[in-house]
Amino acid sequence: MNLAAAHPGFLSPTGVEVAFVLVGLATLGAALLTVTTRQLVHAALWLVVALGGLAVEYLLLTAEFIAWVQVLIYVGSVVVLLLFGLMLTKAPIGRSPDADSGNRWVALAVAVAAAGTLVWVVVDAFRTTWIDLGGPAQGSTEVTGAILFRHWVLPFEALSVLLLAALVGAIVLSKRTGRER
Amino acid sequence: MNAYAPILVLGGLGAGFAIFSVVMASLTGPKRYNRAKLDAYECGIEPTPQPAGGGRFPIKYYLTAMLFIVFDIEIVFLYPWAVTFDALGLFGLVEMLLFVLTVFVAYAYVWRRGGLEWD
Repeated sequence: MNLAAAHPGFLSPTGVEVAFVLVGLATLGAALLTVTTRQLVHAALWLVVALGGLAVEYLLLTAEFIAWVQVLIYVGSVVVLLLFGLMLTKAPIGRSPDADSGNRWVALAVAVAAAGTLVWVVVDAFRTTWIDLGGPAQGSTEVTGAILFRHWVLPFEALSVLLLAALVGAIVLSKRTGRER
Repeated sequence: MNAYAPILVLGGLGAGFAIFSVVMASLTGPKRYNRAKLDAYECGIEPTPQPAGGGRFPIKYYLTAMLFIVFDIEIVFLYPWAVTFDALGLFGLVEMLLFVLTVFVAYAYVWRRGGLEWD
């Protein structure tokens, strides 16, 4: 009895854990619909549901800052960028019969392999680590900031170079010089 | 998590009001349709079957969205930095200055190449 109380088990889930699993299933369903729907705009909108579900998962894991970054960056900006892309390429309204790819089985294999690798890495890395969801937030902005700016300095600085490359790429692709025009 | 309970209640109230309005309007309102009522509403302009230019948008919009997303990502890092600034000290200041400086190079490049001009 004491052992069960000391070590969190899978057989007696708390309310937050149940909510986590339910939101996870909804996110998975939305993600599957994103890749299977034949209507491109619907795919973008299902992506909003999937990314929003991920934000709720972060929130349930007490990572409030990450959750709102997910909403701001992914739901707010990346999906808008995707919709702009659809408008720029004159995507048809309604079904796209050519939205299917001949590489679907290869894509499925790559997706399953990537998912398997990620699940294995995360489970292996955090095997004995448990988050106390009832206690003080362990993923708060302070904790995130301290870990990011103390331990992950190099990736953080490398990110600025990545942003620079993204901007230069966007300009080069979309702006023609005066002579070319 | 409990801080989000009022937001959930507010969202529930909003959704309830929206559903109530739509359902009540369809149940109690008179239904006398005519051609003008069923037209798509376009701010008083005659609706056209094909938008101008075949519905394609200039690439300028994409560039603006791309610029927004890059600086959005930059700004979002200032929040955890500001919260932990006291604990980080000079190290954190130099770190963020280097980061901002690199993105500022991108800003200068965009400016010089005319990425901030609309026409």
